[in-house]
Amino acid sequence: MRASARRTRTGTFATVLVALHACGGAPPEAGAPPPPASPSTAELEALYRARVDSAQSRFTEADADFMTKMIGHHAQALEMAALAPARAASPEIRSLAARITTAQEAEIRLMRQWLEDRRLPSPGRAAVPAGAPATGAHADVEHTAGSPGMLTPEQMRALGTAVGGDFDRLFLSSMIAHHEGAVTMVERLFATPAAAQDASMFRIASGIQVDQRSEIARMESMLEAPADAGRSR
Amino acid sequence: MTDGSLVLAACLVFLSGCASGPAATGTPAPGLAAAAASAPSPDPRPDLAPGLFDAEEAIWNLRKLSSTPPPEDFVGGVNSDLAFMGDYAIQGSFSGIQIWDISNPRSPRIVTSYVCPASQSDVSVYGDLLFVSGEGFEGRLDCGTEGPRERVSELRLRGIRIFDISDVRYPRYVGNVQTCRGSHTHTLLEDPDDDEHVYIYVSGSAPVRPAEELPGCVSALPDDDPNTALFRIEVIRVPLEAPEQAEIVGSPRIFAGLVQAPTHGLAPTELEAIEEARRSGLFVLDFPDGPQVLPPEISAQLLDTLVARRGGSGAPTAADSASLGVYLDEVVAEQERRTAEQPSFGPTQCHDITVLPAAGLAGGACEGYGFLIDISDPLNPRRVDAVSDANFAYWHSATFNNDGTKVLFTDEWGGGGAAYCRESDPREWGANAIFSIDDRRMRFQGYYKLPAAQADNEVCVAHNGSLIPIPGRDVMVQAWYSGGISIFDWTDASGPVEIAYHDRGAASERARMAGPWSAYWYNGLIVGSEIVRGLDVFELVPSPLLSRNEIDAAASVRVDHSNPQSQPRFVWPATFALAGAYVDQLERSGGLAPARIASARRGLDAAERAAGSTRREALESLAAELASEASSSRDAAKVRTLAGTVRELAETSQ
Repeated sequence: MRASARRTRTGTFATVLVALHACGGAPPEAGAPPPPASPSTAELEALYRARVDSAQSRFTEADADFMTKMIGHHAQALEMAALAPARAASPEIRSLAARITTAQEAEIRLMRQWLEDRRLPSPGRAAVPAGAPATGAHADVEHTAGSPGMLTPEQMRALGTAVGGDFDRLFLSSMIAHHEGAVTMVERLFATPAAAQDASMFRIASGIQVDQRSEIARMESMLEAPADAGRSR
Repeated sequence: MTDGSLVLAACLVFLSGCASGPAATGTPAPGLAAAAASAPSPDPRPDLAPGLFDAEEAIWNLRKLSSTPPPEDFVGGVNSDLAFMGDYAIQGSFSGIQIWDISNPRSPRIVTSYVCPASQSDVSVYGDLLFVSGEGFEGRLDCGTEGPRERVSELRLRGIRIFDISDVRYPRYVGNVQTCRGSHTHTLLEDPDDDEHVYIYVSGSAPVRPAEELPGCVSALPDDDPNTALFRIEVIRVPLEAPEQAEIVGSPRIFAGLVQAPTHGLAPTELEAIEEARRSGLFVLDFPDGPQVLPPEISAQLLDTLVARRGGSGAPTAADSASLGVYLDEVVAEQERRTAEQPSFGPTQCHDITVLPAAGLAGGACEGYGFLIDISDPLNPRRVDAVSDANFAYWHSATFNNDGTKVLFTDEWGGGGAAYCRESDPREWGANAIFSIDDRRMRFQGYYKLPAAQADNEVCVAHNGSLIPIPGRDVMVQAWYSGGISIFDWTDASGPVEIAYHDRGAASERARMAGPWSAYWYNGLIVGSEIVRGLDVFELVPSPLLSRNEIDAAASVRVDHSNPQSQPRFVWPATFALAGAYVDQLERSGGLAPARIASARRGLDAAERAAGSTRREALESLAAELASEASSSRDAAKVRTLAGTVRELAETSQ
């Protein structure tokens, strides 16, 4: 090879190295292929979906079990809360019931989505249990017998026939027990090896623990307020 | 010759690939911008077409400089918070840390892509150190990607990771501080009397870890166990010369002794709405913490009950209405009795704390309460005031205005998992609440929420943001998840107003976390950490709501690093842009007559074109004129500020 040709090749390499460096990439070793151009939208989407699918496949049986049972647990809280307006509950009980309804409806949606994303069955639609009023979508959810803190059909009936101050007190004591049950379910989950490592799982369970513990404390203070004297109807 | 042309061809291919940048993803080309006095109507944000990396976008009074997807290892992860240092934006992700060179904001370049899973990877920087928060069960001390399976594991990290980033390309993991609840977020704080250490306030809201994993961790009520990990924040002290020796030095119980939290009163607009309801004949209950309108459907139900009870039928009579009034009065009286007797209840943790060291204050968003905290002694933060808000579900974060005379708290209703900007969602829920601060007491002024409705499948609620240093105004840029970025002016605390935005369509058909997790101002740029799409960079564009001078004055405030939860006190150098900004504001407010505004502008232009002593004398005489006009202006303070700026400009002219 003539000396001038070799010089040309070195000169071209130098130009390439300078140009690549100016582009912002680290200068490649001489002879290495240039780094790939930015991925296309299609490639990014494919990678995104593959990663999300992979992340979503990492869960334990305890996680799936928790989600399924908690949906049923929340559904009962919604039925209890739905009673408040018609039972002449106090404004503060009605307001509490509205907050519980909004929060737990949203959590049910998240939990269903978590299950559907992983192609797991979501608690199905079932007949409304006797004694509980029909109140829309959440009433269709089958109750999971035996979840901590849940009311029996008799207890639900009793709540459904109480009025005024009696309803308020029964609502509070029932909902406190109900919330304590949810907190117990979360604590059992966290105590299970390898459970709750999935980020959305952790966030949902952690959120339930924090929110419901706060509400328990608030409800206990509402219950401790002296019995209403002279409250009519 | 063949070799040479192959190399040349490869180079050309590479160069062309380099230049195309974001356009390759199919998003609108950089330079997307639109400027106008009033927001486009109808608002395009609710109807944007969805897409993972190619969603339709809407923009107002902003220019997008770039959108850069995450580096390969981080695609499919969840991008979270941002910190800044020099030319670098450090972006946390649940998968680890990404460091971007943003010296060319139209083409951010990933410098470091460091996989080290931890939720949520809240980040901050100080000197050569990088701090990262972790709270979940999957975080490992060794940054591995397989979370420890055991309930008790010595491999687990829940707390703060510490990296040395003297070479940003190769972060060096130098230490950890484990805490009982992990770290959901953290806040950096300097002690003005101690330049050998930096302090970190750790806010943990996750489950308490077993004592077998970290000795001393207890989850109980303080009455049951005074060492409980609940009801406190952790203070970590980091020796700058030996960061591996960082340790917890205090666990202040800033929640203690919270007696009945005052709920804030109603905003003026709410009070007006209630009077309107009263005038139109609806029942209003005058509760101790504020009047409430009884919804018509409830009063109808109650009236029907009264009719049935007296054995009647058909429509309620006037006597029935009177009976209902009596009943409602008793309900209110009962509530008054209960309120007076209710025992106290306090929160167990803070979600996030923002410090404004220049005022010796911090704002804490603490589960049901917004706290004002005295941090004049960083080791011993002390709560000085607390507010609560019946509308707030999840106190998330706090931002002060530059003067420290206002604080804004954010309600992250739904915790970032729900679509709460729907038409049907109350405007007081999932919004910002603005309080004035007077003598360390907070008073409620108003709410701000993203004005555009979002769809059911767009997770949307108020989230992280920061002040934009526009002189003379309180302006903030904020992320709203799938609601996009909203920039609003809260100078009038009871009437905040949106002045710019950017939004994308949903990431997918199902409600998913997407959109910006944070959007912050940094040295003339607005940088957004997009949960799915990577890094967005914007700049402000002038409009009738924000002038070129105001934008330039904001850009003149330069910092060498930024941790948005550690707010600096902005100081504006005296520039022609600063003076021009105040003139523009006086024009908008009518603080000076149009003729005076025009004359001031001419004076400034002439001075700017002059030099040396000519310039100085021109500025001095303009300053004197303005000072003399101040007392007759309806905005005397601003005229004086303008005069002061012009005088300072004169003094700094050669």
